Amino acid sequence: MGEHSKKQIGTILKYAILIIVGFIMVYPLIWMVGATFKTNQEIFTNMTPFTAHPSLDGYRNSMNDYGGKINLLKAMLNTYSYVIPKVLFTVVSCTITAYGFGRFNFVGKNVLFAVLMSTLFLPNVVMNVPQYILYNNFGWIDSKIYLPLVIPSLFAFDTYFVFMMIQFLRNIPKELDEAATIDGCNSIQTLWHVICPMLKPAMVSCALFQFMWSSNDFMGPLLYVKTVERYPATIFVKLSMDADTGFEWNRVLAVSVISIIPQLVVFFCAQDQFIDGISAGSVKG
Amino acid sequence: MTEKLIGKRSGSLQLFWRRNYGAMFILLWLVGFLVFRLYPFLSSLVYSFSDFELFKPEITKWGFMNYSEIFSDKKIMNSLGITFRYAFITVPLKLAFALFIAYILNYKIKGVNFFRTAYYIPSILGGSVAIAVLWKALFRDEGLINAVIRFFGGDGVNWLADPKYALFIISLLRVWQFGSAMVLFLAALKGVPADLYEAATIDGASKIRQFWSITVPMITPIIFYNLVTQLCQAFQEFNGPYIITQGGPRNATTLFSLLIYNRAFKSYEMGMASAMAWVLFIIVMVLSLIAFISQKYWVYYGDER
Repeated sequence: MGEHSKKQIGTILKYAILIIVGFIMVYPLIWMVGATFKTNQEIFTNMTPFTAHPSLDGYRNSMNDYGGKINLLKAMLNTYSYVIPKVLFTVVSCTITAYGFGRFNFVGKNVLFAVLMSTLFLPNVVMNVPQYILYNNFGWIDSKIYLPLVIPSLFAFDTYFVFMMIQFLRNIPKELDEAATIDGCNSIQTLWHVICPMLKPAMVSCALFQFMWSSNDFMGPLLYVKTVERYPATIFVKLSMDADTGFEWNRVLAVSVISIIPQLVVFFCAQDQFIDGISAGSVKG
Repeated sequence: MTEKLIGKRSGSLQLFWRRNYGAMFILLWLVGFLVFRLYPFLSSLVYSFSDFELFKPEITKWGFMNYSEIFSDKKIMNSLGITFRYAFITVPLKLAFALFIAYILNYKIKGVNFFRTAYYIPSILGGSVAIAVLWKALFRDEGLINAVIRFFGGDGVNWLADPKYALFIISLLRVWQFGSAMVLFLAALKGVPADLYEAATIDGASKIRQFWSITVPMITPIIFYNLVTQLCQAFQEFNGPYIITQGGPRNATTLFSLLIYNRAFKSYEMGMASAMAWVLFIIVMVLSLIAFISQKYWVYYGDER
């Protein structure tokens, strides 16, 4: 066998692996979307995502509410009512903190930076119990405006983003700051007029990841939201699964699919920023 | 005399301010750190030595009783074992898979971006409850996987009801989300200098030999990073077992975080739950520490330290 044809077989093999693995990876998602258009009798007997008798029952029933207190749309509104402020607060507080660490010297900076880095590796599991007790003392449990979920983000709580922005900041030449100072900008004006425009890609990445993570967050609402009317989408999906599995899978899957549509839309509009974001901070996920 | 002194003092104050005013930008974070992290962190250590319960007026006992209960309770120790097994199934599988796919993608493949996106979608959505629901639909007795097996003449397995398989299915949910680890590997692979491979090819090294002697050593920093973060996450896994199996069947998927949750938020034994959280914390820390110490034997940093 010639060197050339050997190479060709190698290439074919690589594509075959990529396509087969990719298919296995994505097929469940495609099947899931297809299943929402099937009748409950057909869902698990038909392995393809296609159906000869499409039905919108799943979607129609997905709008049912529980005891008149909550339905899917309301739950999604609830989700975004805390996700959006959380994203904004995170971007602002993390940018300011990254600016402080990235551009200034002060007493104790190295120690504080080490502390910041160590919180990256601090498992959240130790924090759930005492944080709950703390928020309980503050009277924040089941707060109408989701205080326990939102307020920490005002204080650059997700240090991972601070770290990511510091990495970004390193690539912005300091001469720009100095030029701004010479032109009479104080440090806050420099942050606003010079650093923020340059940091924009990092801020977008930060917003996107925080959007995804906090929309998917299940543990937080599970602990801190007690009133049915205020349940976010994640809890609602779990609720409808517990209530309906066994007989109404098309409804449960339709609820699930609708609940992740906003995330899918955001992801497809901003794929490159996601990939860049992960590589830039060298990240978790 | 006094005037001079005051002048000097305010001068040095000014100097101090000029050298340190940048600290005001980190004040926000510092306050948040003290209130939302350090205080809870330390207080949970204190609680772990008490019989504190949320709806009980006061603490009546102090001591090591929570810790001695943890190490003598069969159910808790069993769950710790399950957690280790879960982590040691999930993390190697996930990393091996991520590296394998990244390695193939690193060849000049047409449509890299398309494949990268396809592989990355599960990672971005995987944390959501919707995907946990999907997992249940796939692996239930009448689910899609069994439908496929039966189509080809097999019997099918009741995956989620069989203690032999349930934990593995929960692991598989996280392995399926290898996308972000893969993206990191891919970036690292792109950074391996091409001339190393050229030299090796001239010396007659096979592709497999090149993989183990060049590729792997060159990307050890990212392997290390992925290993530590993924281990840390695996030991805290909660959503998968909580939503899909509720810890069953016969406690086969009762990961440690599930037990902590039950103790803390079902029976409100905050003291006990804190002690359990600290045990888990120390395990994760020891494992990370081992990883950090072992670094010098297997992690290669370009500028050899």
